[in-house]
Amino acid sequence: MAHDHDHHHDHEHSELSETQLRVRALETILTEKGYVDPKALDAIVEMYETKIGPRNGARVVAKAWTDPAFKQALLADATQAINTLGHVSRTGDHLIAVENTPQRHNMVVCTLCSCYPWEMLGLPPVWYKASPYRSRAVKDPRGVLADFGVTLAKDTEIRVWDSTAETRFIVLPMRPEGTDGWSEDKLAELVTRDSMIGTGLPKKPAEMKS
Amino acid sequence: MNGVHDMGGMDGFGKVEPEANEPTFHHEWEGRVMAMVRAMGANGGVNIDSQRFARESLPPEVYLASSYYKKWFLAIENQLVERNMVGADELEAGHSLHQSPPLPRGKFTLDDVKRCETRANFDRQPQGPASFKPGDKVRTKNINPLTHTRLPRYVRGHTGVVERINGCHVFPDTNAHFKGDHPQWLYTVVFDARDLWGDDADPTLKVSIEAFEPYLEKI
Repeated sequence: MAHDHDHHHDHEHSELSETQLRVRALETILTEKGYVDPKALDAIVEMYETKIGPRNGARVVAKAWTDPAFKQALLADATQAINTLGHVSRTGDHLIAVENTPQRHNMVVCTLCSCYPWEMLGLPPVWYKASPYRSRAVKDPRGVLADFGVTLAKDTEIRVWDSTAETRFIVLPMRPEGTDGWSEDKLAELVTRDSMIGTGLPKKPAEMKS
Repeated sequence: MNGVHDMGGMDGFGKVEPEANEPTFHHEWEGRVMAMVRAMGANGGVNIDSQRFARESLPPEVYLASSYYKKWFLAIENQLVERNMVGADELEAGHSLHQSPPLPRGKFTLDDVKRCETRANFDRQPQGPASFKPGDKVRTKNINPLTHTRLPRYVRGHTGVVERINGCHVFPDTNAHFKGDHPQWLYTVVFDARDLWGDDADPTLKVSIEAFEPYLEKI
């Protein structure tokens, strides 16, 4: 797919695709009707490009790894627990945190569309919203994990959460071994986006860039 | 509706292909579409469920062949035309040509951006006590409405167990059609994969859905 990294709204391309032209036309119409202020649209785009992303979720996970009381609160009511943390952005209802253990691995999907915890992970990646993942996750999660290069023990129970309502899910992955005494900030570096969806595992200390 | 969007358990779509260092948007227009949909939802022109129904209602061949934000764009265009907020003639002209109805919450401005940072609250006051409790065995109803529903086909008519009660929420099946919130209790219901997919299913797999009370019957 061609990448267009140009984020300037009014930049002129020599060739505009049909979709680009139609999108611009609709924005012009909504602006002229007084339905939207284009500056407010700029601000929304900027928010997701610069502010809201998987760093938010990673900090929550790292906190849960180091603070047993917070972990307990997170698993009991994730929305409330996260909103008591001053340094992490707020999250709306109803966020549910689900914990991976040696016995059980959790994975999140939205078979019907693309439901995803935006405040914690940012906008979902293309694969999460695409047909292969949405169709297979609930039937062949081990096959899906293989596509991500992840193999679990044969007897590990897999629980797939299909986000069919306005509840949202974040996976609390297992803390990697060899991280005793690490700070929250350092631990957060190990927490990948996919480990919070359940299609990946956190990085191991050896995978950290020095 | 039994649309092609309802993909759980379908075969043949191939491998999942993660993209390394994926950008937030692959094209500038994708961000504009996302922002317009958020804005038109926040100012009450459309709602989250009506948008989902509009996407599901795209012809299957269009749905499958369109990128994610292309689907969002086609759906918002269709919805705005259906709701008489934008005319087909205006889309053609690329400009507003006539008066349109005011939006329930007025123009979407910079002051409204902050509240888009977090999700809207879909909690509603219960109309009565919850009919089910954790541990209850339930069967999902066999429903096949032509309208919007959040009960996927792959679980219909199957037996599961209520795991948790998640409060009382806006009912998408009515909200999608602007027929009110009709708050319903919401449950996490867990199914054994062998009940869903047969004896060959992964014996270690359990799948849960978020089920509104009208989708469930006691057994």
